[in-house]
Amino acid sequence: MTPPSGITRVTLLKDLRLEWRSKDAINSMLFFSLLVVVVFSFSFDPSAEESRQIAGGLVWVAFLFAAVVALNQTWAREIRNQVLDAYRVSPAPANALFMAKTLGNFIFVSVLEALMTPLFIVFYRLRALGPSWPLLLVAALGTWALVVNGTFFAAMSLRTRSREIMLPLLLFPISIPALLAMVQATTAILNGEGARFWIVLLATYDLVFTTVCLLLFETILNAE
Amino acid sequence: MKKAFPILAVLTAILLSYALYLALVWAPTEQTMGNVQRIFYYHVPSAWTAFILFFINFVASLVYLIKRRPAADIIALVTAEVGVVFCTVVLITGPIWARPVWGIWWTWDMRLTSTLVLWLIYVSYLFLRRFSSGGQTPLLAAALAVLGALCVPFVYFSIWFFRTQHPQPVMGGGGSIDPRMLHVLLINWLAFSCFAFLVCWARYRLEKLQRDVDEAHAMESLLNPRGSVR
Repeated sequence: MTPPSGITRVTLLKDLRLEWRSKDAINSMLFFSLLVVVVFSFSFDPSAEESRQIAGGLVWVAFLFAAVVALNQTWAREIRNQVLDAYRVSPAPANALFMAKTLGNFIFVSVLEALMTPLFIVFYRLRALGPSWPLLLVAALGTWALVVNGTFFAAMSLRTRSREIMLPLLLFPISIPALLAMVQATTAILNGEGARFWIVLLATYDLVFTTVCLLLFETILNAE
Repeated sequence: MKKAFPILAVLTAILLSYALYLALVWAPTEQTMGNVQRIFYYHVPSAWTAFILFFINFVASLVYLIKRRPAADIIALVTAEVGVVFCTVVLITGPIWARPVWGIWWTWDMRLTSTLVLWLIYVSYLFLRRFSSGGQTPLLAAALAVLGALCVPFVYFSIWFFRTQHPQPVMGGGGSIDPRMLHVLLINWLAFSCFAFLVCWARYRLEKLQRDVDEAHAMESLLNPRGSVR
């Protein structure tokens, strides 16, 4: 029998290969966040100093919106040809599938962030006043917070009418503390201040919500 | 049980009118704020009632996840609905008080913000219940309720730190409160809790009835497939 990690790996590789060939999620996310960047810069027209104050919020709101695009496609693929039903009747553990999907989304959103960040820096003339390496930590923890809940809620909204609308309605309220922590940490780091509280809060949030999502995912997958 | 309902309804009505009298007439007028302060007797009990209802929602959802009892699901549904109504009352009465006292309708203060986020979470819960159909609704809703309740401490801590970093107009709190005011507040809270309980009860019976009717219809069309066409 394949161990859970094996199932996770196979599913993840399958998703990555599909995405590599189609580039559906990453292209739509990229274009979407590019639009957000441009629209925001028209709406605010900030100076370099103001940019530093608002950039944290801007960046994360753009990534949040873009992530919803990818998250909505997570499970749609598995609905065609009843793949999800097949998974449900197979003895494979549900959490292996959940981890694969979450890791996949994590990779997609991280790639998006890596590609978009230079653009943000150029468009908003950003320059950190202190060391900027903690931003990597904030990005990793923040992205995980978004995708772990997002993948879970996407699975949940599969069972609802108008599921594309449902996902942000469920995801945004629960993500508010995480979003606040990401934005505050980013702004603090850009301004050369400490962000320890926010990073600890974000890490705790990740830990709690990952655990609970893993505990509840099987119930959600098999809910009928 | 059915006989107890009208009795409780009458008692609640009496209690509510007594509480209204206490709040509007008997309670002393606040020195600096004047009569505006009397909204406090509706604002604070509503908030407490809403928090209690949300807590019951959390417990009922946990019970549903573990035991799968339909009654627990109905309790979760009605407490969320009534809780959102009370939370809305809190969010509306707050600004009405804040405008004359603080000079502003709204500030992103810790308590205001966390109550608003709480309201958002439970409204999204009601959306999920409305948009999902069929037998899986209770499970999905229970899972969301648990996640939402877990989110509350994070909301509280994050906003607390956020706002202590950036000082804002302070809440009127601290200091001592006139014992008569406290008395009126507690009576009002009792009245509001009774009222909330009464509404939840009525809603519970309605929902139970609705589900029984749906079930009867389903049974009928199963047993008598041709006769059910209308």
